[in-house]
Amino acid sequence: MIRDITIGQYYPSGSIIHRLDPRIKLIGTIVYIVSMFLFDTFWGYLVTGLFLFGIIKASKVPLKYIVKGLKSVIILLLFTVSFNLFLTPGEHELVRIGFIKITAEGLRFAVYMGLRLVLLILGSSLMTFTTTPNELTDGIERLLGFLKVIHVPVHEVAMMMSIALRFIPILLEETDKIMKAQQARGADFETGNLIRRAKAMVPILVPLFISAFRRAGDLAMAMEARCYRGGKGRTKMKPLKYKGKDMMAFCVLAVYILAILGVDRYFPMI
Amino acid sequence: MRMIDAKKLVFEYIRRDEEGNVEAINRALDEVTLDVMEGDFVAILGHNGSGKSTMAKHINAILMPSEGTLYVNGYDTKDEEKIWDIRQSAGMVFQNPDNQIIATVVEEDVGFGPENLGVPTEEIWKRVEESLKAVGMYEYRSHSPNKLSGGQKQRVAIAGIMAMRPKCIILDEPTAMLDPNGRKEVIRTIRELNKKEKVTVLLITHYMDEVIHADKVLVMDSGKVVMQGTPREIFSQVDKLKKYRLDVPQVTELAYELKKQGMPLPDGILTRDEFVEAMMEVRNGAFTR
Repeated sequence: MIRDITIGQYYPSGSIIHRLDPRIKLIGTIVYIVSMFLFDTFWGYLVTGLFLFGIIKASKVPLKYIVKGLKSVIILLLFTVSFNLFLTPGEHELVRIGFIKITAEGLRFAVYMGLRLVLLILGSSLMTFTTTPNELTDGIERLLGFLKVIHVPVHEVAMMMSIALRFIPILLEETDKIMKAQQARGADFETGNLIRRAKAMVPILVPLFISAFRRAGDLAMAMEARCYRGGKGRTKMKPLKYKGKDMMAFCVLAVYILAILGVDRYFPMI
Repeated sequence: MRMIDAKKLVFEYIRRDEEGNVEAINRALDEVTLDVMEGDFVAILGHNGSGKSTMAKHINAILMPSEGTLYVNGYDTKDEEKIWDIRQSAGMVFQNPDNQIIATVVEEDVGFGPENLGVPTEEIWKRVEESLKAVGMYEYRSHSPNKLSGGQKQRVAIAGIMAMRPKCIILDEPTAMLDPNGRKEVIRTIRELNKKEKVTVLLITHYMDEVIHADKVLVMDSGKVVMQGTPREIFSQVDKLKKYRLDVPQVTELAYELKKQGMPLPDGILTRDEFVEAMMEVRNGAFTR
């Protein structure tokens, strides 16, 4: 079940998007997310959709694979859309069943909200598909480097993030092992109501926590044995440097923002 | 040159009750004296709780001795300022391969040590390439460690240490969590590094068949070094080893039992080939008689 989630996984294809500097991808994603709230017309959605489609094509990640990531958020999506659909007050009433009514404004709002969410999720998951966790943490470390001035331990936080990402599959495997060991001794995780099932998880969490702490201790010792002593005096095996293609990406991003602002301003509202 | 020089090393685990009174003192190391020369392959054998891992942690300056002195590559381990020099000259490989791999890509993990030492970027790449080739894992450089087998992970961990250019590698039961194939891979890698790269190796283990190629074997029991010598000298004393709850290699034991029954076999047979040869001699001797 856990393995079906495609959000947040790396999809190696070696495309130009993959080879971009993680900083530009991070900035780009933030700009993209903010841009979603800058427009209110159909034309804005069209521009954003085309932009995203172009990036997805350039990234060589199969569209199917990205769309699969929506599965895990489908409930959230349905909730938002139906709330907007049924609860938006308006003048043009379309349908009325009992106390539930659908207005033209509600319909428009629901469709746009749904689109916005879908574009948002697809766009941000594209970043994790094209960036390895290590690149991501490196990018964050460099982008937030200015915070070091006010004594925020940026390097340490970034290191913690990358170690956490490395241990996710190991801990998943361990959970699986513990569950199987307990099922072999008659534990039941599948039947009963939600509360009972949640209670059945406690005997899994306890050994999992203990082993996680033991692993953390071992890892800390192994890191010290390899002369790790914080971020000071450390060099980088893969240092981040902006190259020509990163500058190009910045230009593309600027054009996109101008296009969004332009269509929102000069095209008629639909 | 002396790589490791320990004199009368004592380490005590002190257990305290809730008020902080000393409840019990556990001597994990009891006057251990150890000499390892540069380029040696030394193995430490011992049952669980014999103090062999505690010894390893001292050499990497993770633990400090309660009494006695320990010099690693000429540095005193008590000297706080030299701690990083010590850890660079004596790299340590741990038991669980999963718990010592830090990065999500093999080559990045091997680069972790040199990064910490402040080695320039190009030099890091050179070292990563060399060490991955030395352990035979170069083709896997862009793989995720999660998808490797236990033996491969442990070889990556060894490469990670090699990239720091240590003079000595301490391996604390590196094969304890591996299957037989993984064990063979790792032991072969360690032997090659010792022979080709002239790295001093200190192998801590409880598998007997891993130590037959060592230059020197030490047997530890309850914190003391109880036996010392070449593998042949050690394994010819089967009864004594059994007293310390250690097994001898299967062939050695077979030869030992046969000898007890009156067959004229030499002491301390270590490999199957040696055994076959000795048996042939016995047969030929029987014919000529």
